[in-house]
Amino acid sequence: MLQFRYNARIINVNMTTQVLQKPIELPISPRLAKNVRRHVLERIIEFILMLAALSAVATTIAIVVILLYESLSFFEHVSIIDFLTDTQWTPLFEDAHYGILPLVSGTLTTSAIALGVAIPLGTIGAIYLSEFASHRTREIVKPILELLVGVPTVVFGYFALLFVTPLLQKIFPELPGFNMLGPGIVMGIMIIPYISSVAEDAMRAVPMSMREGSYAMGATRFQTAIRVVTPAAISGIIAAYILGISRAVGETMVVALAAGQQPNLTFNPMESAATITAYIVQVAMGDLPHGSIGYQSIFAAGLVLMLMTLVFNILGHITRKKFRETY
Amino acid sequence: MVTTTSPIKAESRDLNFYYSNGHKALKGITMPLYEKRITALIGPSGCGKSTFLRCFNRMHDLYPGNSYDGQIVMHPDNTNILDKGVDPIEVRMRISMVFQKPNPFPKSIYENVAYGLRVRGERNKRVVDDKVEEALKGAALWDEVKNRLHDLAFNLSGGQQQRLCIARALATDPEIMLFDEPTSALDPIATANIEELMSELRNKLTILVVTHNMQQAARVSDYTAYMYLGELIEYDDTDRIFTNPSRKETEDYITGKFG
Repeated sequence: MLQFRYNARIINVNMTTQVLQKPIELPISPRLAKNVRRHVLERIIEFILMLAALSAVATTIAIVVILLYESLSFFEHVSIIDFLTDTQWTPLFEDAHYGILPLVSGTLTTSAIALGVAIPLGTIGAIYLSEFASHRTREIVKPILELLVGVPTVVFGYFALLFVTPLLQKIFPELPGFNMLGPGIVMGIMIIPYISSVAEDAMRAVPMSMREGSYAMGATRFQTAIRVVTPAAISGIIAAYILGISRAVGETMVVALAAGQQPNLTFNPMESAATITAYIVQVAMGDLPHGSIGYQSIFAAGLVLMLMTLVFNILGHITRKKFRETY
Repeated sequence: MVTTTSPIKAESRDLNFYYSNGHKALKGITMPLYEKRITALIGPSGCGKSTFLRCFNRMHDLYPGNSYDGQIVMHPDNTNILDKGVDPIEVRMRISMVFQKPNPFPKSIYENVAYGLRVRGERNKRVVDDKVEEALKGAALWDEVKNRLHDLAFNLSGGQQQRLCIARALATDPEIMLFDEPTSALDPIATANIEELMSELRNKLTILVVTHNMQQAARVSDYTAYMYLGELIEYDDTDRIFTNPSRKETEDYITGKFG
């Protein structure tokens, strides 16, 4: 039996090779010939689509190139060591100092406060909407929450300055009018819908069969949400957090209006400070001569901002990959 | 296959079921599940066999608008588990379920099996360890996974995942186990493993299995129910159903004239 099979296979192989040894050139029937018109049209469409896709990439590359170019001339005047270690940022003063640290500390502090508000509330909101709310409730609550995204940030800035800070001053009487706590909290509220919306989408994408598996084991809704749905959606939830972090680090109006614009190397939320974005908007609005160091300092600050967002994005990407679940 | 008569573990009595869209999916089903026996539900797609199975652990309660009418009485409690005063979570703690597609949780093999104990609040590590090992042995999976209990469950093969789901369901010592087409997503070898496992589990608990595969019903079950369009056409010993059914419809389905 085995021998027979073995022989059969040998014969089979020989037959195949025999056929392959004699390829015969065949004429192409006109009915099967390549359709030139269709082919060209397809290539044109491909080209147009590629242009559209490239426009975003090209813009990004152009921004990076300009940032790098202008920053390079900035660093011809200011040493990179000073830039990274000096504790003062006073580029517009007579005695100019170019230490980015005060701006970085302002950015990190306000972002940390914002995320301290947005991540817990956004996650809880997402769990509620995805796992607990009835269909009707979700249809009403979700659009309202997403409406928050449409509120101009300048409105949030005034809200922080004229409403939240005075409110906080009733609790902390020594809180100055410009501080990082108020705008941080408001920025957090502003970011909640971003986080809850993306996280909710991720949780809703978890297949129903997984939830049913949990319920069938006698789990409650809360246990199912926390122990099964959240870990299953963790990759999307982390993506929501990354989006929130990028929003917080890059947010301008709220902090420019309500945190004060004094660069201040501190992580104390009760003090006023400037963020990188606030500095950029402050200087870009002023009438600085093109090519002056003050003008170029914006680009150096912008470069740092971009690198910070990049680092957060990469960190988030790594964490996402680490937790990625397939189902 | 049926050697001695056994007590009734659960029975449905004139059970009707309505989906939220008003569709009446079950029409007056009355049939018993004998203790430590395997009962198979067969019938063409859409005949209501899965719907019927899912009544036993109140799975339909998860979706608003579904309604039951009639009784499923569980013994020895002699309680209608469809009663509004019955907590579905308590029912699910005693009647566990294995699904059509393996649905492990995004957790380690160990944590998947320990899940039922964790949701019951069991914290004693020794108890959990013992139960996990016992359940994995019961599901004939222990030898394959004992050295990688903390690997992610998704790394197992489809057949192993399904046995993991059986282990997960076993860990809490259920009285009845529901299988909803447990092998339809598996290859023939994995299917044979699961069928063998079901025969072993028969010593411990009562089994209700929905299957698309008539040969499977013939191979594993003691009793078979043939359903069509939400009605129970015939219920009898598996041997009788497959050799000498009393209804013409059943015979047509069994012999492949229809379905």
